Amino acid sequence: MTDKAPSGGGGFDISRAWTDERARGVIFQIIIVLGLAGLAAFIVSNTITNLREAGLSSGYGFLFDTANFDINQRLLDYASTSTYGQAFVVGALNTILVAVMGIAMATVIGFVTGVLRLSNNFLISRIVGVWVEFTRNVPVLLQIIFWWLIMLALPRVRDSISIGDAAFLNNRGIFLPSPIFEDGSAIVLAMIAVGIAATVLVRRWARKRQDATGRTFPVGWIGLGLIVGIPVIVYFAVGQPLDFDLPEKKKFNLKGGFNITPELIALWLALSTYTGAFISEIVRGGILSVSKGQTEASGALGLRRGLTMRKIILPQALRVIIPPMTSQYLNLTKNSSLAVAIGYQDIVSIGDTILNQSGQALEVISLYMAFYLVLSLLTSAFMNWYNKRIALVER
Amino acid sequence: MSKHAFHRSRAEMLPERPAPLTSRGIIGWMRANLFSSWLSTSLTLASIAVLALIVPGLIEWAFIDATLTGEIGKDCPSEGACWAWLDQRITQFFYGFYPVEAYWRVNVCIALLVPAIAYMLFDRLPYSRYGRWFSLAYPVIAAFLLVGGLGLDVVRTDQFGGFMLNLIAGLVGIVLSLPIGIVLALGRRSRMPMVRLVSVAFIEFIRGVPLITLLFVAIILLPLFLPPEVTLDQLIRVMIIITVFASAYMAEVIRGGLQAIPQGQYEAGQAMGLGYWQSMRLIILPQALKISIPGIVNTFIGLFKDTTLVIIIGLFDILGQARLLQTNPDWLGKVDYETFLLAALFFFVICFSMSRYSLNLEKRLDTTRR
Amino acid sequence: MAEPETAPGGAEDPIIEITGLNKWFGQFHVLRDIDLMVERRERIVICGPSGSGKSTLIRCINRLEEHQQGTVVVDGVELTHNLKNIDTIRREVGMVFQQFNLFPHLTVLENCTLAPIWVRKMPKAEAQELAMQYLERVKIPEQALKYPGQLSGGQQQRVAIARSLCMQPTIMLFDEPTSALDPEMIKEVLEVMVDLAESGMTMLVVTHEMGFAAQVANRVIFMDEGQIVEQNTPQEFFNNPQSDRTKLFLSQIL
Repeated sequence: MTDKAPSGGGGFDISRAWTDERARGVIFQIIIVLGLAGLAAFIVSNTITNLREAGLSSGYGFLFDTANFDINQRLLDYASTSTYGQAFVVGALNTILVAVMGIAMATVIGFVTGVLRLSNNFLISRIVGVWVEFTRNVPVLLQIIFWWLIMLALPRVRDSISIGDAAFLNNRGIFLPSPIFEDGSAIVLAMIAVGIAATVLVRRWARKRQDATGRTFPVGWIGLGLIVGIPVIVYFAVGQPLDFDLPEKKKFNLKGGFNITPELIALWLALSTYTGAFISEIVRGGILSVSKGQTEASGALGLRRGLTMRKIILPQALRVIIPPMTSQYLNLTKNSSLAVAIGYQDIVSIGDTILNQSGQALEVISLYMAFYLVLSLLTSAFMNWYNKRIALVER
Repeated sequence: MSKHAFHRSRAEMLPERPAPLTSRGIIGWMRANLFSSWLSTSLTLASIAVLALIVPGLIEWAFIDATLTGEIGKDCPSEGACWAWLDQRITQFFYGFYPVEAYWRVNVCIALLVPAIAYMLFDRLPYSRYGRWFSLAYPVIAAFLLVGGLGLDVVRTDQFGGFMLNLIAGLVGIVLSLPIGIVLALGRRSRMPMVRLVSVAFIEFIRGVPLITLLFVAIILLPLFLPPEVTLDQLIRVMIIITVFASAYMAEVIRGGLQAIPQGQYEAGQAMGLGYWQSMRLIILPQALKISIPGIVNTFIGLFKDTTLVIIIGLFDILGQARLLQTNPDWLGKVDYETFLLAALFFFVICFSMSRYSLNLEKRLDTTRR
Repeated sequence: MAEPETAPGGAEDPIIEITGLNKWFGQFHVLRDIDLMVERRERIVICGPSGSGKSTLIRCINRLEEHQQGTVVVDGVELTHNLKNIDTIRREVGMVFQQFNLFPHLTVLENCTLAPIWVRKMPKAEAQELAMQYLERVKIPEQALKYPGQLSGGQQQRVAIARSLCMQPTIMLFDEPTSALDPEMIKEVLEVMVDLAESGMTMLVVTHEMGFAAQVANRVIFMDEGQIVEQNTPQEFFNNPQSDRTKLFLSQIL
C-alpha cells in the first residue's frame, strides 16, 4: 500500500483488484450491500409467509377502522367510536404532554439542585448529593411504579385531602378547578399579550437607553408588573369575568373540575426527578467547567455576584450544559414509554391496545418507532445547529 | 529615599501561629460551612428541618416499628415496615424460580466472575497468561453452569429470574455488545461511504427509539421475521435485543475514544507499514479502548438499570419478584415500599460503586493524559 | 476608619495601608504580621519563593482573599465585610492575572467595555471609545473584534491590561503577569508595563523579572514564609542584600 503504482484510468485488472486500495473498498462495500439486501429479503419473505399462515393482512388501512376502546386521558376529542388513527394521535399527544411537563420540571429541579450542590453550605450540598446519587442509580421503572403506588395509597374519594375546598387530592389523582371563560375574559387574555409585547418594547428601549446614557433599567421588575399587574387590574375592572368550575365532592366521586390522573402524576414525578438528578450533575459540571479565574477576574473588575453570574459564568456554563441536557430531554421522552407499566395512555400504551385488537403488530410498532425517531432526529438537528453556532463564536 | 521605613531587613523570622479561634476548629468550620451568610444560615436551618422531618420517621418506620417475623401480611400491624416476607422470599428475589438445589451453580458463576473480570482489566496478576484464556472461556462455562446439560440438570430459561436475571442480562448485553460496538464505531469512521451509511443508520435508529419498543420487537416481531420452523427461546430473544441496543451506545462510546487518539498515532502506524486492521489492533484500539473504559462502565450502569424493563414483557426479574409479592393476596398492600426499597438498594449498591469506579478512572486518565 | 493615619515610616500620602495583616488557609499561616504602606505613584515589585504568600498579599488588597486579622485600607476605605466598600475599592484597583482570565465568550472589545458599561454605567459608544484608546495604548487595536482564543498569550495579556485600565483604576495589581508566557512574548508585555509605570500609575507587581524591577521599581520587597523579609530600593536590594534568605533567593534566580 505504501508504494502503490499509479493506477491510471483504463483497463480493470481483476488480479490487481485485491492490491488496489480503492478497488478493494468498492468490492467490500458491494459485499456489504448484497449481504444486507439478502438479509432484508430473507426477513420480508419470512414475514409474508408467516402473515399469510396467520391469515393477517398488512398495510395501514386499519387506521381508519373504529377503535372501540376508551381513553380517559386525552387532550383531543376522542370517543370509542373514533378511529385507530385518532387514538394514535391522542397517544402521541399524551407522550408529548408528559414529556413537556417532565422536561420543564426536570430542568427546574436540575438547575436548583445543581447549584445547591455547589453551595458552600456543607449540609445542603451533602443532602442534595445523597439525593442525586440515589435517584440516578435506581432504575427509573422502579421509581415510576413507586410513585404510582404512592398515588394509589392516597385516601379514597370519600376522604379526599381538600385544599381550601377548591382542589382535592385522592387516589384518583388531583382534582383542580377548571376555568370558565365568560364575556370579557378575552380582554384580560389580550392584556397579558399586550403586557408581553410591552415588556419586549421596554427591554429594547432600556437597552438603547443604556447604550446611549449608560443608565440601567430594571426591566425584570417592570416586565413582571406589565405582564401580571395590568391584566390583574383589568380583570377586576371588567368585573372578574373568569369563573371556576370547582370540583364538587359527592359520596363516591368528584363532579366537575379538572382531573389529573394518578398515572400522569406518577409518571411526571418519576421522570422529572430521575432526569432532574442527571441534569443536576450536568449543571454542576458545567458551572465547575468555568474556571475560578473567570469569577476572580470579573470580581476584580468590580462586577457584583449577580452580574458575574449573568454575564460571565452562565453564558460559558450553558455552552457546556446545553448539548448533554438536550440528550437528557430525549432520554426523558423515550423513558416516558415506560408509561405502559402503569397504564398511562401514551403512544406505546395505546399502540399496544391497538395491536392487541387489530393484530397489526408490524404496522403499530413501526408507527410508534417512527414517532420517536422523528423526535430524536429533530433533537439532533437542533444540537448540530447549536454546536455549529457555538463553534462559530468560539473561533 | 531614607525617609522611608522600608529599607530594612528582618533579622528573625516570625513563627507560625495557629489560626484565630473564629476560623478554626468546630466554630470556624461551622462559620465557614454552615453560617457564612444569611442565605447559608437559612439553608442550614431548612436542611435541619427537612432532616428532622424525614430521618426519625424513616428510622422508626424501617427499624423501630418494623415487624420482622410472620407468615402472611396480616401478621404485620399497619404502622412500621413489614419485613416478615424476607425470610421466605429473599432467595426468590435473588434467584427467581431457579431450582433451590441448583443455587450453587449460580453462586459458582458469580464467584468465577470476579477473576474473569479482573484478568480482563488488569495486566499484572499472577498466572495472567492462563487468566486471559479463562476470561475468554468464562461465558461458555457460565452458560453451561446456568443452563445445564452434559450431565448437569437442565434448568429452563423461564425459571431464571430475580436479581440474577438482571445481572445476566446486563453482563451478556455488555460483553457481546463490545465487539459489535467496535465494528460499528470503526464503520462510522470508515472512508467507505456505504459502510459509514449503514453504521450511522443502525446506530441512530437504535439510539432514537426507546428500549421498550425494541423489546416488543423481540417478543412480537422477531418470530415473524424468522422462518416458522425456527423457534427462539424468549430469554435468548431478549438477550439479542439487549445486545443490539447496547451495541449502538457502545459504538458511540468507542467512537469517542477513537476520536481522542491523536492523528499522529494513525500516521505512525501507516509509516511503519502496518495495514488498516494491523494498526487498529496493535496501536489504535488498545489506546482507544483504555480511555473508553469509564464510558463503557457508564453504559453498563445504564443498561443494567434498563434490564428491569423485562417485566413489561413478562419476565420476573427482581422488580418482577417485588411486584409478584405486592400483588400476592397474602401480602397485598403490606409490602409495597419494603420490597421496592430492597430492590432499589440492590441496584444502588452496584450502580453507585461502579459509577465511583468510573469517576476515579476518569480522573486518573485525565492526569496521565496531561 | 476613613481617616488615613500617617504611615509609621513617614510616608506622606499613602494610598494603601496594611497593618498587622494575618491570614490563614485552614491551619496554614500564609501571611504573618504584614505591615505595608504604599505611596501614590509608587511602583513596588514583590518577589520571593513560591508559596511565600506574595500572590495572597496582593489578592488581599482587592478582597479576592479575605484576611482574618489586621486592617487593609485602600485610598481611605477600609476593607470589611461591607459590600459597598468592596465595590468602591474594586473600582479603584485593577488586576492582571497570571492566566490572563479573559472572558472567552466575549470579543476583545466586549471584554474591555463590560465593566465600564455595567459598573461605571457608561454609554456604550463612550465605553467603546475608551476601550479603543487603551487597546491602542497596548498596541493591539486591530484585534478588537477577535475572540481571546484567536490571540497569542502575549496579546491576551495585553488585552487583560487594557481591560483593567478601562476602569481607570488608580492602582494596578499584577500577579505574575509574565509567568505563563513564552520568552518572546514576555518582552511585549513588559514594555506595556514600563509604559504604564512611566505614566505614574501606582503599581504592585508580583514577578521574578528582575530586569523589570531594576528598571521601574522604587522598591523591591522580598517575601518568604508569609512575611516581608527584606525591602529596599532596587539598587540596594540587588547589590547589597542583607538577609541570608534574600541572598540565597537572588543567587537562585539571577
